[in-house]
Amino acid sequence: MSEESKPGWRSIPIAGIILEPGSAMKYKTGDWRAFRPVIDEEKCTYCLLCWIYCPDGAIIREEKTVRVNYDYCKGCGICANECPAKAITMVEEKK
Amino acid sequence: MATLRDLSTEELFTSGHRLCAGCGAGIIARMTMKALRGPTIVVNATGCLEVASTIYPYTAWKVSWVHIAFENAAAVASGIEAAYKAMMKRNAWGKKVDIIAFAGDGGTFDIGIQALSGALERGHDFLYICYDNEAYMNTGIQRSGATPHGAATTTSPAGTKIPGKPEFKKDLIGICAAHGIEYAATASPAYWNDYITKVRKALEVDGPAVIHVFSPCPVGMRFDSSKSIEVARLAVQTRYWPVYEVENGRYKLNIKVPKPKPVSEFLKVQGRFKHLFQPKFKHVIDEIQRYVDENWERITKLCGEA
Amino acid sequence: MSRIMGLTGDGAVAYAVKQCKVDVVAAYPITPQTLIVEEFSEYVHNGEVHTEFICVESEHSAMSACVGASLTGARVFTATASQGLALMHEILYIASSLRCPIVMGVVNRALSAPINIHCDHSDMMGSRDCGWIQIFVENAQEAYDWVIQAFRIAEDPDVLLPVTVNLDGFILSHSLEGVEVLDDADVEKFVSTRKPVFTIDPDKPITVGPICFTDFFFETKRQHVEAMNNSPKTISKVNDEFAELTGRRYGFIDTYEMDDAEAAIICLGSTAGSAMAVAKKLRDEGKRVGVIKPWVYRPFPAEQIIDACKDLKALAVLDRACSIGAPYGPLCNDVTAALYKENVRLNVFNVIYGLGGRDITPFDIEAIFNETLEVAKTGLIKKPIKFVGVRE
Repeated sequence: MSEESKPGWRSIPIAGIILEPGSAMKYKTGDWRAFRPVIDEEKCTYCLLCWIYCPDGAIIREEKTVRVNYDYCKGCGICANECPAKAITMVEEKK
Repeated sequence: MATLRDLSTEELFTSGHRLCAGCGAGIIARMTMKALRGPTIVVNATGCLEVASTIYPYTAWKVSWVHIAFENAAAVASGIEAAYKAMMKRNAWGKKVDIIAFAGDGGTFDIGIQALSGALERGHDFLYICYDNEAYMNTGIQRSGATPHGAATTTSPAGTKIPGKPEFKKDLIGICAAHGIEYAATASPAYWNDYITKVRKALEVDGPAVIHVFSPCPVGMRFDSSKSIEVARLAVQTRYWPVYEVENGRYKLNIKVPKPKPVSEFLKVQGRFKHLFQPKFKHVIDEIQRYVDENWERITKLCGEA
Repeated sequence: MSRIMGLTGDGAVAYAVKQCKVDVVAAYPITPQTLIVEEFSEYVHNGEVHTEFICVESEHSAMSACVGASLTGARVFTATASQGLALMHEILYIASSLRCPIVMGVVNRALSAPINIHCDHSDMMGSRDCGWIQIFVENAQEAYDWVIQAFRIAEDPDVLLPVTVNLDGFILSHSLEGVEVLDDADVEKFVSTRKPVFTIDPDKPITVGPICFTDFFFETKRQHVEAMNNSPKTISKVNDEFAELTGRRYGFIDTYEMDDAEAAIICLGSTAGSAMAVAKKLRDEGKRVGVIKPWVYRPFPAEQIIDACKDLKALAVLDRACSIGAPYGPLCNDVTAALYKENVRLNVFNVIYGLGGRDITPFDIEAIFNETLEVAKTGLIKKPIKFVGVRE
C-alpha cells in the first residue's frame, strides 16, 4: 500500500488498538522460505510432533495426516529435523 | 494430558507473525495457548515476541493482549488483576480472568526484575512466563543477566583477551521461589508435554506463578533454524537446563538425566560458543562443565534426588 | 447538601477519591504526597471503600499498574510527587497515548539534585508534554473540587485522556483548611460510573500497544492531539454542572480585578492566593493591578488568558520552575508564544521564584507588582528574566 491509500487518522481506531483478533493471518510469510518441507504421506505416522513444534502454526492437522500450509511456512526445517519417521524432506524453492 | 491428539487445533497465537524462522518464542507462545482454561489476557513485555507478533495493523493474538513497556509486564498484570477484583466487588464483572505475562530474559532478569519481585511479593494471581533466549536478541544480541558464561554477544564479544561473557547466569527460579510463591518451574519446549502441563498447573494456582522456559534462538545463538528443538533438547540432556518445579517450596525434578552428555555437545552446535573451541580458551568449556555439574548437584539435592 | 471538614490538601484529595468510588489505586509513597496514600489506606483497611489498593514497589510500577487497570474499564487513581513523577515519565506518555482516563494527584515538589522535599513546579513542568490534561489548584477546596471534576473530564468519551491535579507540596498538601465537601450520594451521582469506550475484555479480544512503524504512528499521535483539542468543550461542560451542584464556579482561568488592570501577575497554584491579597492592598492604594491564575495548564488556555490581558499594559509571568536554556521559564514560554500567535503585543517579563520551597513573601509580590506598573508606564523592560528570592 502506498502512504496515500492508507487510512487517515480520522478513520483508524483510537489509541493504536487492533480490533480484529488474529489479523496477522492476512500477512503471508510463505515467501520467506528458501526450502520447503515436503511430507511423504506413506512414511508419516501422524505423531504430530511437526505440528506441535512448528513456530508458525504452518502444519495443518487433518483427519489422518498432516499437511503444510505454504502460505505461512517460513521453511525453518524444524519439522523435518524432528520427524521421527523421516517423512519430511526440505526441498529447495525454485525461483 | 495424554497425547498431542488431545490438544486443541485452535490457534490463539496465529500464523502470519514475523518471528524469525525457527524461533523458540513462537513455539512457546503456541504451546502456551494450548494450555488455556478460560478467558485470558496476555501481557507482553517489549521484546522479540511483542514486536514480531503485533506489527500494526496485524496481530497474531486471538486473546486480549496488552503491551505497555519493557520493564513492567508484572506491574501491568498486577493492575489488570486488581481491576477485575475491584469490579467484581461492585458487580461490574462476573468471571475469573487468567492473566499471563510474557517477557524475555532482558525484561525479566534485568530491567523487569523489580516489577516482577514486587508483583510476586504482593501475591497477584497471574502467571509470568520468562522465555529465555539468553541475550537481548531483539536489539541485536547484547548480553543479559541470563547470558551464560563464555557466550559471545555483541556486548560480550569473543575477544582475543576476554572470550565472551565473563559472568555466570542468575538463578531466576531461586529468586522467584524465595518470594514464597506457590509455583515456580523451569521448562524446555523440546519437552512439550512437561511444558504444557506446567502452564496449566500454574494457571490453576491461586496467586503468582513463574515459568522459566528455555527459548532457542537460531539467530542469536547461531545455529541452523531446523535445530531449535534439538538445541532445546540438548540443553536438558547435558544437564545445562535442569527441568524442575518448586511447589510451595518443595523442589521436584521433572526430567531425570541419568546419563548426561558432556556440555560441549550443547556448546558445539551453537556459534555463540565457537570461540571456546580454540585451544587457548578450552579452559572456559571446563568452567562451564564445572558450573553445570555444580548447579545440577545443587538442584537435585534440593529435589531430594542426590 | 454539603458540610465543612477540616482537611489538608492531601486529605482533601484522598477524600475526593474515596467519594469517587475508584476501583484501583496503585501508588508509592513520596513526600509530600504521603498523606494521600496513608489516608486512603485507612479507608481501605477500615472497609470504607471497595478499592483495590496496590502498594507497588515504585512509581514506575504505580503508573504501569494504573494503565493495566484502566484498560479493563476500571476507574483508576494514583498520586505522586517530584522524583516519583520523573520515574513515571516513560509510562505517562503511554497512559495518555493508550487513552487511559487515569486521574493523578501531583503534589508539586522540586526535582533533585540537590535533593529537596519542598515545593516547586519543576516536577510537572518536566513532564508537561506528556499529553495529559493538567490542572493547578490554589487551595485544598480547589484540590477536592478538581479531583471530582477530573474523573468526569478524563472519562468523557470525547476526551479519554488522563488528568493530573497539581497542588503545592507542603504549602497545600500539609496545611489544614476548612473544606466544603459534598455528600457521598451527590458525588456518586455527579461522577457516575465509568463507561469505557474500549476494554481488554477477554471475551471480545483486542490488541493494545502494538508496534506502529512509520506508516501509522503519526496518525495515532494526531488523534491524541485532537483529543486534547476537544477537551475544552468537556471541561466547560463539567465546570458548569459542578457550579450548578456546588455553587463553586471553575473555568480555565481564575482572575482577580483584571477588568481595568494595567499591570498584572500570572502564576500557578497557591502563589496566586498571595498575589490576590497583595493586589487587593495595592488596589486600595489606587493602583490598577490584577491577577490571572490558570486552573487549566494543559490544554493551555491561550484564548482566555489573552482575553483577560486585552487592556493590560504589562504582565509579570511567575514561574516556580526553570526551563534551563529556554528563552523563559515554562509558563512564560507558553504565555509569550500564545500572545505572539494571536499577534498581541504586550510587555511581558518573567520572574523565577520559589525554587526548592523558597518562600515568596507579600513584599516580594508587591515589588513585582510595582515593577510591572513601572513597565506599564515606561514600556521599558529592564530584565526580561528576574530571579526573586535568590541570594546573589
